[in-house]
Amino acid sequence: MSTPINKESPNLGSPFRGTGGFRSTCVPLNIENVDTDQIIPARFLKATSREGFGKNLFRDWRYINDDENQPKQDFVLNDKTYSGKILLAGKNFGCGSSREHAAWAIKDAGFDVVVSSFFADIFKNNSLNNSLLPVTVSEKFLSKLFEAVTKNPETEIEVNLETQTISAAGETENFEINSYKKTCLLNGYDDIDYLLSSKKEIEEFETPGK
Amino acid sequence: MNDVKNHSEVSKPSPFGGDGGGRTIFDKIWEIHIVKKIDDGPSVLYIDKHFIHEVTSPQAFNGLNKRDIKVFRPQQTVATADHNVPTINQHLPIKEELSRKQVEALIKNCSEHGVELYGLGHPFQGIVHVIGPELGITQPGMTIVCGDSHTSTHGAFGAIAFGIGTSEVEMVLATQCLLQTKPKLMRINVDGELNKGVVSKDIVLYILSKISASGATGYAVEFAGSAIRSLSMEARMTICNMSIEMGARCGLIAPDATTFNYIKGRKFAPQGEDWDKAVVYWKTLYSDGDARFDNEIFLDADDIQPMITYGTNPGMGIGVNDMIPTTETVNETDKSGLSKSLAYMGLKEGTPIKGQKVDYVFIGSCTNSRIEDLRMVASFVKGKKKADDVEVWVVPGSKQVEKQAIEEGIDKVFEAAGFMLRQPGCSACLGMNEDKIPAGKYCISTSNRNFEGRQGPGARTMLASPLTAAAAAITGVVTDVRELLPPTPKGELAITLTELEQHN
Repeated sequence: MSTPINKESPNLGSPFRGTGGFRSTCVPLNIENVDTDQIIPARFLKATSREGFGKNLFRDWRYINDDENQPKQDFVLNDKTYSGKILLAGKNFGCGSSREHAAWAIKDAGFDVVVSSFFADIFKNNSLNNSLLPVTVSEKFLSKLFEAVTKNPETEIEVNLETQTISAAGETENFEINSYKKTCLLNGYDDIDYLLSSKKEIEEFETPGK
Repeated sequence: MNDVKNHSEVSKPSPFGGDGGGRTIFDKIWEIHIVKKIDDGPSVLYIDKHFIHEVTSPQAFNGLNKRDIKVFRPQQTVATADHNVPTINQHLPIKEELSRKQVEALIKNCSEHGVELYGLGHPFQGIVHVIGPELGITQPGMTIVCGDSHTSTHGAFGAIAFGIGTSEVEMVLATQCLLQTKPKLMRINVDGELNKGVVSKDIVLYILSKISASGATGYAVEFAGSAIRSLSMEARMTICNMSIEMGARCGLIAPDATTFNYIKGRKFAPQGEDWDKAVVYWKTLYSDGDARFDNEIFLDADDIQPMITYGTNPGMGIGVNDMIPTTETVNETDKSGLSKSLAYMGLKEGTPIKGQKVDYVFIGSCTNSRIEDLRMVASFVKGKKKADDVEVWVVPGSKQVEKQAIEEGIDKVFEAAGFMLRQPGCSACLGMNEDKIPAGKYCISTSNRNFEGRQGPGARTMLASPLTAAAAAITGVVTDVRELLPPTPKGELAITLTELEQHN
């Protein structure tokens, strides 16, 4: 692909750039229909930059009475047993508001991949635009992952974008991603670079009588 | 007008898998907006209109500034301040520092990039999905985007309208285009006549209760059928507004005489010869009789009762006289979700929702804050008083709606009833400004989301129509509005004060 690379491309931070994959332990969030208001509540959307949203990730599930000194011990992000660059989540993850702050918050909190059996459309796009890879697996595979990780929090999951495979506990599944997006993530390109390179065609399209 | 009849004829349910030659309204609009298609990838989709607001645009402008580029087609973007603005004392500086900075950033960005801004104090200011249609900016056949999921609202005019993230806002500002993959197509048909006291909000909550909060993910949804076609433009907007709550990429309704009559004469509507040309084109925007849908659903309007939600996603709705579902009646995977939701809501499975105590009533949001919503509430409330221990906020969708309400005397009706008429903004729909519902309190809300904490940390939201919300305001509990309605023929509700007075 002959897409120009802009030095400011956020995707240059893509963890998949060059290598295509990595292994990591994960944080299991076994809840369905997690909406973006839970991921980052509206009252934390007042910033005008993309940084710093990680500390408010799942804010209202993390703290009692919104008090950082009172973490809810039973919430998985407060549970020291679990850590890693992969967030394992229930189906219909990221539904609701289009706020990209949700993807920024997850990324800022150190995750590079979210695995679920079903993602909401806008969240999926927002993630891909921020080098946060949404990996859609079958319900069956997802429950196996939850089971394996709950049994052994040290369980590592391997995600390979090049081969479009996800493996853990001796099982492997393929996942879908369109080849354009795959190329973007593997090379650190992003959509805006591509669109800017298409300016001439866009102007031609706009000309009446075309 | 003839076209109404034609449209309803051609949108009659087609046998599944037509011959493939027919096109849907979505296909027709999509195809003419494709600049080019990437092999085995998305298409470059041209965007006609772009709405921006203070919350999801600052990072996009930062991106442009970093690249040292200007907005490509500033005349195709319109800005307003809505999400984060106070709904009282809008003439004073915004007290909350971060909110003020965000609004100031919008003013600065719009001015530097030549984008028209209807900010605080402007007579056109309001919720982005209210002002677009009321100014005639939203028109059939357009592609419309905004960094807000409820952009689907504009689909009511027969447009492809969808919410985008901030990176995509930056793309549209920079190139007036997006990279998009064509969604699958679903048609939801609602046929028949609506019961008395049942309005468009009930239709959409009913659809949600049938197909779930993820039932249309991956789809563009066309709403069709006689019940949909009988709705006013503002009522249609309520339906399309909540298509995102089904997970749909967008929702749309084929334009007809109702659409054209609504647009005609509005500020940015085509005029004279341009109008005639536009209408000729708009009349071609319907799904052909043999158009193919990937999924099609048929619902009977007569089955729809006034609806209310009991849980923490918009798919968790029931008729106001129904019992809250039990974990035994839902399938295995929904069990934990139901228990978690009911624990948050402080409600018990298998019990009636009717009679549940209500602390707050919020009438507003891009779903139900238009003049017809306010008229409907006013005509019902006139001569009644709110229950003592309920706080009622009515937040108009725009300055124009507010002005109209005052001209019609609606403000006086609210005042007499003890309802507080506030100033335009998104307000308690998302509790981003100070309009929050306190923890543990119950709010009947005409907005679109009952997510945990949506209206404030710990707030308990029950979604309903403006009528059902108004009924609860009067009684202080969840109420079947029909028990309070005057005996009028089926479906008939006085929608203006004058009409109501004539009834009385």
